[in-house]
Amino acid sequence: MAMKGTSTLFDKLWSDHTVCDLENGEALLYLDRVFLHERTGAVALQSLHAAGYGVRDARHVFCTMDHIVDTFPGRGDKTLMPSGSDFILATRRETRAANVRLYDVDDADQGIVHVISPEQGLVLPGLTLVCPDSHTCTQGAIGALAWGIGSSEAEHAMATGTLRVRKPKNMRVMVNGTLRPGVTAKDLILHLIAKYGANGGAGCVVEFAGSAIQQLEVEARFTLCNMAVEFSAFTAVIAPDEKVEAYFEGKDFAPKGEHWRDAVDYWRTLRSDENAVFDIDLVVEAEQVEPAVTWGTSPEQAIGISACIPAAGDYAEAHRQEAATRALQYQGLESGNAITDIAVNAAFIGSCTNSRLSDLRAAAAVVKGRQIAPGVRGVVVPGSRRVKRAAEQEGLHRIFTDAGFEWRDSGCSMCFYAGGETFGEFQRVISTTNRNFEGRQGPNTRTHLASPETVAATAIAGSITSAEMLAKSESLSA
Amino acid sequence: MKPFISHTGVAAPLLQRNIDTDAIIPSREMKRVSKQGLGEGLFAGWRYTMPGSRELKPSFVLNKPEYEGASILLAGDNFGCGSSREHAVWALVEYGIRAVIASGFGAIFHTNCIRNGLLPVCLPEEDIRTLAQALSEDPQNRQVTIDLEQCLVRSGDLEWSFTLDEAARYMLLNGLDPIALTLQHRDLIDKYEQARRREHAWAYAPIENAVEGVLP
Ligand code: SF4
Repeated sequence: MAMKGTSTLFDKLWSDHTVCDLENGEALLYLDRVFLHERTGAVALQSLHAAGYGVRDARHVFCTMDHIVDTFPGRGDKTLMPSGSDFILATRRETRAANVRLYDVDDADQGIVHVISPEQGLVLPGLTLVCPDSHTCTQGAIGALAWGIGSSEAEHAMATGTLRVRKPKNMRVMVNGTLRPGVTAKDLILHLIAKYGANGGAGCVVEFAGSAIQQLEVEARFTLCNMAVEFSAFTAVIAPDEKVEAYFEGKDFAPKGEHWRDAVDYWRTLRSDENAVFDIDLVVEAEQVEPAVTWGTSPEQAIGISACIPAAGDYAEAHRQEAATRALQYQGLESGNAITDIAVNAAFIGSCTNSRLSDLRAAAAVVKGRQIAPGVRGVVVPGSRRVKRAAEQEGLHRIFTDAGFEWRDSGCSMCFYAGGETFGEFQRVISTTNRNFEGRQGPNTRTHLASPETVAATAIAGSITSAEMLAKSESLSA
Repeated sequence: MKPFISHTGVAAPLLQRNIDTDAIIPSREMKRVSKQGLGEGLFAGWRYTMPGSRELKPSFVLNKPEYEGASILLAGDNFGCGSSREHAVWALVEYGIRAVIASGFGAIFHTNCIRNGLLPVCLPEEDIRTLAQALSEDPQNRQVTIDLEQCLVRSGDLEWSFTLDEAARYMLLNGLDPIALTLQHRDLIDKYEQARRREHAWAYAPIENAVEGVLP
């Protein structure tokens, strides 16, 4: 036990879930929830059973169809991905056999795992959650200890209700001040990764703290923590506050009545002590962050909207020079040009990073009354069926479709290429997703990551621009 | 699982940093609901002339005759970052890779390696470059030995020691099934769970009550 008054939020979550310390330096951590999806869930359940194990407590395990399922309106079990329906059918069969609650293709609450787990109240502050998906770190935003694992670990988690884990280090990222208007959590995380590198958080649980974090709404905190894995962190956490309490109150699986009061009492203890000791402390001044866009093929290759595309020679280290040369070539870009000179072929709004109602509202506010630039394809994919319904109630879908966007059913969609749908070879996509890796959105597809506002503005302008720049250029030409 | 004690083989260099699991196996190559049949998809985006094709691209390191039969990969920092897909490890293992030497690994990938008997070795970037350089003249005859009992990497007169955390090393040396090991602690887990349920009933009541109603 740490001395009273020196524990971090992560230390508390860790010690509250430690079943025992193992002789080899690992701890056995208790897991409150396991979430699966159709990409890997069926394999995990199958091979668990093949090895002669069962699921310890199926009531703690959930599964959704998000990765492979199509997002065309009226979709069924058939997918554009060849063999995709094999995954869907196997997942349905295996979850049924194991008595695991499935958010199926046609479920009214289906959606991307990282969108629906808090939306349903299946993850809560102070709980542990694992999922065979690297963006499970998203849920640190509400003060859960949540992290992505592989399939073997998912089997271990289901069979034993625990995982063997070596304790990561504590890192704190203090974000002081206030983000400027038009600057979002997405810009902040891209700024951080660009500044400290794609492995800047390696081996650490990152606690985001400071005034700029407190000011973020809960959904923006999800966006921030979502990309902790792009920073190579084990996961991220943010201390739960009244905004988080308000967010969960009344959710389907949130505690009720006396349980709710117990929960809130406990949640209020979930913060780093004043004298908490962090292994690494980083500081970011919020005012310095501007709308950010990636130019290359690593999330660390991000720049502010007013900057120019760097040259390999701008980097001191040989490995960064090599990476820049390779990225410029893959992306088909010339160094020295302004990022705002880049014309795009497509705009994608969706993914577990930016597909919640507030993201769609922010994008719709930019799009409203405007038209997508000629030749640009725009696609909006709500993160869940609930988000979709709520957006439709507000008429957001009309704003998007009137402007020329496709309005889809919920799922991961073109955040990644599973062999089905893609924007196509050498197509340049401005995207609210989290990964700009080579081939991520399809063979030779070129991805630029940005916030929903920037993606929406870019779709309208036809070349990369921020919402603020779009408004300015329109008032000049008016 | 096959234990890893010591291995000698041809080592092939892929030295850029941040090689992500999408690059190790593109999602489009994960076609079956299975852990098998993934070796073919290993580095598919780089190894073949075109997406979906199986025509080997001669310039890719693993296709060069001098690196034929490579069973060790030399890589840059942060190897296996990105997506948690264990398919990346299954593909490497099926292809015949027994160890990856890099200056850092994606955290999930690292654990996936241990769970599948693939040895992740951490060495400083400079040393990996020195090793790659030393091999490059004649990789087939200048093989690399990795000894996990002594935690040593050896090739010719070059030798480095490395560290791997005790738990991972023990699992690999003995080829253990972690589920069976953990289930030996079942009593402790049960006891912990009972105490936790008493103290934090709020965390379980909603899902347990509701789920009973949902299931047939
Ligand atoms: S939306 Fe994209 S990043 Fe998120 S879980 Fe789906 S595929 Fe992964």
